[in-house]
Amino acid sequence: MYALKTEQLSKVYARGKQALKSVSLEVPQGSFFALLGPNGAGKSTMINILADTVIPSSGVVQVLGRNMQIDPLWCKQRMGIVPQEVAFDPFFTPYEVLNIFSGLYGARPDRVWIDTLLDRLELAEHAHKNTRELSGGMKRRLLVAQALVHKPELVVLDEPTAGVDVELRKRLWDFMRELNQAGTTILLTTHYLEEAQELCDHVAILNEGELLLSGRMDALLRDVAGRSVWFEFAQPLQLSATQQEVFARFNPRIEGHRLILATTHHQQASSFHDAYMLVHHHFGAPVDVSIDQEDLEDVFLRMTRKHQ
Amino acid sequence: MMNLNHYGAWTLFMRENRRFMKVKMQSLLAPALTSLMYLLVFRYAMGERTVPNFQVDYMSFLIPGLVMMTMLQNAFANSSSSMITAKVMKVHIYFLMAPLSAWEVVLAFLGAAVIRACVVGGLLLLMILPFVSIPLLHLGYIFFYGFCGSVLMGGLGLISGMWARKFDDMALINNFVIMPLTFLSGVFYSVEQLPKTWQAINDWNPFFYLIDGFRYGFIGMGDADPMMGMGFIALATVAMVVACWYLWRSGWKLKE
Repeated sequence: MYALKTEQLSKVYARGKQALKSVSLEVPQGSFFALLGPNGAGKSTMINILADTVIPSSGVVQVLGRNMQIDPLWCKQRMGIVPQEVAFDPFFTPYEVLNIFSGLYGARPDRVWIDTLLDRLELAEHAHKNTRELSGGMKRRLLVAQALVHKPELVVLDEPTAGVDVELRKRLWDFMRELNQAGTTILLTTHYLEEAQELCDHVAILNEGELLLSGRMDALLRDVAGRSVWFEFAQPLQLSATQQEVFARFNPRIEGHRLILATTHHQQASSFHDAYMLVHHHFGAPVDVSIDQEDLEDVFLRMTRKHQ
Repeated sequence: MMNLNHYGAWTLFMRENRRFMKVKMQSLLAPALTSLMYLLVFRYAMGERTVPNFQVDYMSFLIPGLVMMTMLQNAFANSSSSMITAKVMKVHIYFLMAPLSAWEVVLAFLGAAVIRACVVGGLLLLMILPFVSIPLLHLGYIFFYGFCGSVLMGGLGLISGMWARKFDDMALINNFVIMPLTFLSGVFYSVEQLPKTWQAINDWNPFFYLIDGFRYGFIGMGDADPMMGMGFIALATVAMVVACWYLWRSGWKLKE
């Protein structure tokens, strides 16, 4: 079962800009899903389609198995969305805002849950101030509380931690992790890739409206993330023409005493053994070997640059 | 599949009411006082004069028209200011995100516009009645025109708020559409006193029928046939509600 599934989702804005190009994405129920992409990749367009503020040009959006175009109210009731832009109701206090949002989603306000949200998002002591008196970080946390107040099954967070300090960010993520462990699906966009790698079990990368990859985070880091193996020798190295040819598939680089080879890892097969055997055959036993693995940020940069 | 969210619609309706109550000096007291000022000025300017074609004193003629004008302006102001403020603050996205059908949103906005119009109109009457005695002949007409007028203007306000991109756009509608039509509609005078061209324009001016019919409810006299006015206003009100529903449902000026 997918919490969210898009099929061939496209959006062309009135000015002609194509923000999404036939994106087919599957967000498994119960996952903590990172939707990544550089600015203008189409992430916010996709989230705005879910929020019903942008009308898709074509394609299908399914929320928990139901078609959003056919059954929008059912789908909306099960989603909580934190928009990227800090939009706050200037007439009310955070406490009133949460009561209103709960009601808008058809749920009578649950005082205990509202107090929990105010407490966990560190807004309790500001609960009865006008929203205009809140700082930028507080307003952003209020947006998160708004999105959670009706206990949605799918929470969509569009850069929820921009402008939130490191400590608060950590506590916010702890809270999100708890919700996720309790069964809530969380779809997140963020520019903090280190956080995404740490938090999320699934990831998708969008670039210029196209879905470049999507899948489990561990599989991405195992199969897609590149590895560089550093072989260190006692003496400086040089590659002959023949050796260049032999090592070509490992994209060899020489840095003084080091030979650096790029190895791959797909499913159960790794090219590490081949690389080591070749190095040993041509240069003898290395004095040291180290492996440098690409993290999510490296993969993200490599993939999005490749498509520019 | 039909999916209703009555509690959501009720919450939006109450949110709209609480919104204008948060600024009650500006939204309730100020318009009632402004109308009271009009009344005082005209009371002393016109003295004991009567209105041509109406066998009543000027105060009995003026008060119902003034109350209706105040109600119409406030119904318009309520939904228009709510929507344009929401758009400028980007809060309107939450109305779109919420699981509310277009009917539910429109009814919530128009309901709150009616409430504000009635509160301001009632407040004005409460301020006036201890000092001036006016007849109250046909309550049914008063309720019909008061209710339909508020719905009509609340709807116009909602559409204007959806259309406007900034507060300046709202001022444009207010100053160049609402105010001229209101003043042309015979709040302060009988439209029989107008040149023929203006009278012909008034034949299509819903404000004229609203004020004339509302006044008829009080004093039993008007410039137009109140039954014909009822038909015209009923049609205009239904058309306005359907237009609001259609525009909201299509996301006109709200969705990209």
